[in-house]
Amino acid sequence: MAVNLLLGSWVSLPIDGLSFERLDSLLYTFFGFVALGLFVGLVFGAWSVFPNTSFWLLCVVTSASSVVILLILLLSIFYRGIPAFNPPKDDIVAELSEIDTKLSALAADSSEAQELTARQTELQELEQVIDTSFLNKAPAPGAREAGIGPALLGSIWVCVGCAVFFLPLGVGTAIFLEEFKPRNKILRWFTDMLQLNINNLAGVPSIVYGILGMTVFATMFGLFGTSKDPFIELGTEFKRQYVTEGMQVVFIPTDSRDEEPELSDGMTAFKSDGSEVKLNIIGDDDDFPEDDATLNVSLFGDAEGGVVADNAWYSFRLPLGRSVLAASLTLMLVILPVVIISTQEALRAVPMSLRQGAQGLGCTPWQTVRNVTLPAAIPGIMTGCILSMSRAIGEAAPILMISGIVAISMGPQHLMDDFSILPLQIFYWAALPVNDADPHNFQHVAAGAIIVLLLVLFAFNSVAILLRQLAQKQLS
Amino acid sequence: MATAQKTAKPAVLERREFRSLAATRFREWFILAALAGCTVFTVMITVTIVCLLIGQTVEFFRMPETSVTDFLFGLKWNPTLGNVKHFGIWPLICGTMWVTVIAMCVALPLGLITAIYLSEYAPRGLRNVLKPILELLAGIPTVVYGFFALVVITPALQAVGIQVDFYNAISAGIAVGILCLPTVASLSEDALRAVPRRLREAAYGLGSTKFDVSLKVVVPAALSGIISAFLLALARAIGETMIVAMAAGALAKLTIDPRQQIQTMTGHMASTATGDISNFDVRYYSIYAVALVLFFITLSLTVLGNFVRKRFQEAYD
Repeated sequence: MAVNLLLGSWVSLPIDGLSFERLDSLLYTFFGFVALGLFVGLVFGAWSVFPNTSFWLLCVVTSASSVVILLILLLSIFYRGIPAFNPPKDDIVAELSEIDTKLSALAADSSEAQELTARQTELQELEQVIDTSFLNKAPAPGAREAGIGPALLGSIWVCVGCAVFFLPLGVGTAIFLEEFKPRNKILRWFTDMLQLNINNLAGVPSIVYGILGMTVFATMFGLFGTSKDPFIELGTEFKRQYVTEGMQVVFIPTDSRDEEPELSDGMTAFKSDGSEVKLNIIGDDDDFPEDDATLNVSLFGDAEGGVVADNAWYSFRLPLGRSVLAASLTLMLVILPVVIISTQEALRAVPMSLRQGAQGLGCTPWQTVRNVTLPAAIPGIMTGCILSMSRAIGEAAPILMISGIVAISMGPQHLMDDFSILPLQIFYWAALPVNDADPHNFQHVAAGAIIVLLLVLFAFNSVAILLRQLAQKQLS
Repeated sequence: MATAQKTAKPAVLERREFRSLAATRFREWFILAALAGCTVFTVMITVTIVCLLIGQTVEFFRMPETSVTDFLFGLKWNPTLGNVKHFGIWPLICGTMWVTVIAMCVALPLGLITAIYLSEYAPRGLRNVLKPILELLAGIPTVVYGFFALVVITPALQAVGIQVDFYNAISAGIAVGILCLPTVASLSEDALRAVPRRLREAAYGLGSTKFDVSLKVVVPAALSGIISAFLLALARAIGETMIVAMAAGALAKLTIDPRQQIQTMTGHMASTATGDISNFDVRYYSIYAVALVLFFITLSLTVLGNFVRKRFQEAYD
């Protein structure tokens, strides 16, 4: 039955892609194949006559292709990305000067002049936003106003957090596997299995780690509630936010997330700058206050406030949610096998004679590792760790599983904060529809963010290469 | 005799008080235990991945909309659209296969020939330039390749006359191929350079040209390493996420035309994650089932790759 079904579906394979509309492109492809065939024939002809030279030529051309690919990639990105650091604002400048000339001709108090002045301040503010450094601006709906500030900060937070976890775990595991090799046959088989496990973990796609991190760290199997209603929550203060009749924002602190404060006359509330005010509560039948000062602290008795959570720098909650900490732990899982393998290689490069010398002086195994092997291997270990960090900074798939796309205007303030990272921001911007008529669109912004990312990676790699050269000098 | 020697210490040592070794022994034991703990953590990762994926996949198949037969043999994948939802894995595998095949068509020949050139032909100075360039290519984040596929490869293909859609399998595949090229090149080059000099010299002694030595002596001798490099690159191409999420599209279908948009296994997971997955519905559980399939495919390729390298390595010493 299943087989019949299967065969039936195979027979009616969807081939709508090969309809008549595409016949011309099919012809092109056909001629392309013919040309390719001629080329291959030529190559094989040359091959049979001068195998040595033609193979050498093939090698050179192929190896040059990787250089060409890199050049095209960098050129295309720099070509699109450089304008992002200095977005065009000719239209704004032109309009401003136009307003200037119009204003000088008009009387200062006419309604038209006031309109123009309003427009002028609006434009000046826009110009100021555009002129802010690309590295400080927040993502915005307009391409010229958008920048990478929060994403860059988020990337730094996540990577530093990741390093805090992977350094001890990775180096510890590598030391255990390299320096404490058991002599017992069964134990040796066991450590071989551990090694095999690590090699296989290095081949697991990063998105699978993302799913692991999402389930284990972010939602914690749903065992501890959701991140909106967490099981454990420390260092978080709640307050209710009200908008008074005078359009002022006031806060009333509460003890828990769900507590609704009883509004009463003369109650103390706080403004957003921290100053205290006494509330004036009015009912439906009361007179509406006339003067602005009273209006600014007036609330209806049945007003409903929104919950605002104030997190201290040490705040913590148990389903980690879409937090910096969950992302760091997940990235740690992705990077850990890479760190272990590179640290093992660094340890293996330390000459055996050094260890034997230490053992001859009566050092215990740990003393040998601490005083001899580790100091000798430190440059190599650092190189591996920095290269792993540079991989962590570019890794997007696991974080995508944890946090999705988050639009935020500020970098993370504490470990439980929402965040965005550079690669995700690039992913988001690159997917936005592009209007070709627009001289500065989100492709430019994405390319600008890529330039920053590549510069960070370049810095990391340079440090790693310097360290590697240092290590080679020391040991030889 | 031995006991007599033990008791009769030299007079100088007789009066000296030795530090107790208990503290040192405890420290040694404690540190070893801590390091072993770190190592056990890596085992826990593997165990958690396997248990989690299998457990949640069982949960997926318990849902009324799904069945194991539909998943394994079904030819339709529409978790969001349509009245009757189908969860057949084959459209996703078809998408992954297209991207992987195209990627391998790019990465394998280019990578292998580059490796042969680097190991056999290239002068030292050129090698010192080419290797860092390959490392640079390997270190570029995958989102950058995704962007490259969108803004350069697709328009280039359209300019050449191949009528590809805006999202298509070909440009995603080419980008994944560029991503895998350094992996293939550097792993194959390691294997080629591990072939002892003696073999080359013997071949030269018999009157071989450089071409004969490279293709008829060195490459066969390093074949296990090269095949393992191919398999590892294949695993990497199958597990690649961001490029396909950006450039390959999000429409799962069984197609023989790579110019259309497709969806891969990893692409399905990424597109589910960008949507709202907080509610524990069937779509949320479907990513675990897909991840389980993906995990087993890549794991078997990695295991096979490492096994081939170890088992079929030619030992010359």
